[in-house]
Amino acid sequence: MKMFKYLKSLTLKELLKGMTVTGKYFFKRKFTIRYPEEKTPKSDRFRGLHALRRYENGEERCIACKLCEAVCPALAISIDSEQREDGTRRTTKYEIDLFKCIYCGFCEESCPVDSIVLTDIHEFHFETEGRNVLDKQQLLAIGDLREKEVAECRQNDSEYR
Amino acid sequence: MSDIKNYTINFGPQHPAAHGVLRLILEMDGEVIVHADPHVGLLHRGTEKLAESKPFNHSIGYMDRLDYVSMMCNEHGYVKSIEKLLNIEAPIRAQYIRTMFDEVTRILNHLMWIGTHGLDLGAMTLFLYAFREREYLMDCYEAVSGARMHAAYYRPGGVYRDLPDYMPKHAESKWTKGKALKQVNSWREGSLLDFLEHFTDYFPEKIAEYNTLLTDNRIWKQRTVNIGIVSPERALQLGFTGPMLRGSGIEWDLRKKQTYAAYDKLDFDIPVGVNGDSYDRYLVRMEEMVQSNKIIKQCVKWLKDNPGPVMLDDYKVAPPNREAMKNDMESMIHHFKLFTEGYTVPKGEAYAAVEAPKGEFGVYLVADDSNKPFRMKIRAPGFAHISAMNEMVKGSMLADVVSVIGTMDIVFGEIDR
Repeated sequence: MKMFKYLKSLTLKELLKGMTVTGKYFFKRKFTIRYPEEKTPKSDRFRGLHALRRYENGEERCIACKLCEAVCPALAISIDSEQREDGTRRTTKYEIDLFKCIYCGFCEESCPVDSIVLTDIHEFHFETEGRNVLDKQQLLAIGDLREKEVAECRQNDSEYR
Repeated sequence: MSDIKNYTINFGPQHPAAHGVLRLILEMDGEVIVHADPHVGLLHRGTEKLAESKPFNHSIGYMDRLDYVSMMCNEHGYVKSIEKLLNIEAPIRAQYIRTMFDEVTRILNHLMWIGTHGLDLGAMTLFLYAFREREYLMDCYEAVSGARMHAAYYRPGGVYRDLPDYMPKHAESKWTKGKALKQVNSWREGSLLDFLEHFTDYFPEKIAEYNTLLTDNRIWKQRTVNIGIVSPERALQLGFTGPMLRGSGIEWDLRKKQTYAAYDKLDFDIPVGVNGDSYDRYLVRMEEMVQSNKIIKQCVKWLKDNPGPVMLDDYKVAPPNREAMKNDMESMIHHFKLFTEGYTVPKGEAYAAVEAPKGEFGVYLVADDSNKPFRMKIRAPGFAHISAMNEMVKGSMLADVVSVIGTMDIVFGEIDR
């Protein structure tokens, strides 16, 4: 019995078996993807960069109720509001500090008018100091840019929310 | 003859095998360790104190960031504690979803552990294989919560959203089209549950591969057998939980002994070790992955057959759905109330623990009739394990320290919190 054990050890059986497993993968299709050209599928619920949406007539949705400011655990959102000339309440300042944000999605959950959303954009970076704070104009611009995708994702997920 | 003195070296905090920011002061006699002194606190973020200044729900996202490789289990511990204080219970479907995702998390954690443990001890390939399997489970995380890691999915009273009926698909590209595209999307035709079912069918075969690579491998055995032995009595005294305790041969698992969620309705076994060394703990964790796979399979089956609510129908705790919120004044008021003030929790204290992949993760909450916790204490399993560092490595070689750190499955997010 001991003899058998030695023989097994001498033939490197378990090492060769392991190498068969790794060797097999040499001939298989690669699991990895070619990143910038190919991307992994992204869920409709994905929580990426923020955006502010508009109604179809171009009016901004946000009514400065400040729920998102209240619910933000990281205190990343700061809002100032004033009455506009037509008597409606709107934000004069809407800033999100992306360094503080933890992308929990509570702001989107809380928004009663579907204004603040987390889009599917996840590839972004900042080059200069201070660019991490997105102001209202930037957020609206992102919203305009991605409105179609954002609306589609919300529509697909509407029955679960 | 010159005077030979003990030599003190610094292991970490930037050492790749230190699993994060562990700073270990090792007093060496030649290559043998005389004393090991782990220094913790380099990743301290004050989660416990932070929670005191925030309404209960706000801290859910921070729970993900404690043990950042077993995210939903931490959330589970926290929401369970709140539910205990509020005296509410999540609907049965939510309980099953939680159970399923706790087990998904367990596999995620153990895969991460086997990958890095292997990498530390010289098995590079395994790391890549483990991360390949993790990718599927990360997709499940993303499909339900929208984030691959920091899910913020569990809520007091249930889970945020029901499981989706469809999975996102790979897009066509220059390299992936036709048959190849069909093949990569083959799991993604149905719902999330179908996807997970495919995974549970696929995963045992992969565990067999890991076993082929490691279990009998002589290098692996030389690095793990009889390293970091902890006797059953000592393991109990040191406050070990999870695979660290079970590796020493004590059959203790909160999922069975203090059952929660839907575990009492499911069939699974608790693996235990015999010798209490690194190798036994490795075997225990490998078997746990098999058992988790089994649990997921049962949960998938149940969830497919039993649709229902996933959130408590109590607007004092859980927000109404968006449709109701927009059309109904009462719901709107509840919505605003919940997202500004939150809910108040009656005065009292509660400790609730879950069997996280690393051991017993518990949250002790003291509430004082307000919307914020008066005090929160987190019982992190890794902290008890790392406290035994000196005992486990004393008298062994420097290279064995890496093996012991690996076998403890240390994550500094929860130890330093």
